[in-house]
Amino acid sequence: MKARVHVTLKNGVLDPQGKAIGHSLNRLGFPEVGDVRQGKFIELELAETDQAKAKARVEDMCKKLLANTVIENYSIELVG
Amino acid sequence: MKSAILVFPGSNREGDVAQALELVTGRRPSLVWHGDGDFEKVDLIVVPGGFSYGDYLRCGAMAAQSPVMAEVKKRAAQGVPVLGICNGFQIVTEAGLLPGTLMRNSHLKFVCADVHLKVETSQSLFTNRYQAGQVIKVPVAHAEGNYFADPDTMKKLEDRGQIAFRYCAPDGTVDGRGNPNGSSSNIAGVFNETKTVLGLMPHPENAVEPMFGGTDGRGLFEGMVEALS
Repeated sequence: MKARVHVTLKNGVLDPQGKAIGHSLNRLGFPEVGDVRQGKFIELELAETDQAKAKARVEDMCKKLLANTVIENYSIELVG
Repeated sequence: MKSAILVFPGSNREGDVAQALELVTGRRPSLVWHGDGDFEKVDLIVVPGGFSYGDYLRCGAMAAQSPVMAEVKKRAAQGVPVLGICNGFQIVTEAGLLPGTLMRNSHLKFVCADVHLKVETSQSLFTNRYQAGQVIKVPVAHAEGNYFADPDTMKKLEDRGQIAFRYCAPDGTVDGRGNPNGSSSNIAGVFNETKTVLGLMPHPENAVEPMFGGTDGRGLFEGMVEALS
């Protein structure tokens, strides 16, 4: 099965890259764009077949490496 | 004083630190490769600057999980002093040896310049050669030096005197003008609670010889020698 992990900055953490993207979009003729938050998308191929076990393992991966929980949140989606 | 400098794939300031340490101790530090889970007993461990593991995922994230860092964490817990400079600061925060994290510079640009730092305390093995409030000039070179910690952590850092250096104007004023990267409260360097681990973004190792623009960084190395020899 596959795990899809989204890593995003926590609310209240300044995201200068998101801000720059927002400014660029506004300049390019997309004035409807307000706040932009940028994050990471990580796709993992897993040998595990048990959903619950896979989720627990990926949680552990997020805490140990994939996200820095000082500034980032993560969400996990299992596919297949 | 015996010291070890860690080397990761992508480290590039290990030679600079080695020279600075050799200059003040007369003794060449040993270089320890990231895959080494064990190394000789030393009085000081330095995690140098560079781009460990290409800064993949987050700066310092991969290096923080390397075998050598597991050993460094053990020794730090026993009180062995650890100095993290630039990428080394990012690595030791990712490893959990120091609170907070280093984010992308607020202006999104790489900054390579001399900056002024206010020394917050002389009461540490790293800063005993300086006076509290003294202003020193050293270079920075980074794109991710924007120190961030949650409000509770920031308060603890202030209350416990864990802030080592703040960016400032040449006259010592701590405000936005002297801040090269958007760091919270102008933080350039922090200690752990016992002040045996110091992480800082600026490069004191590149300010030890008059030929290279100044010697203000030398006090840090001389102070460590005095405290650890």
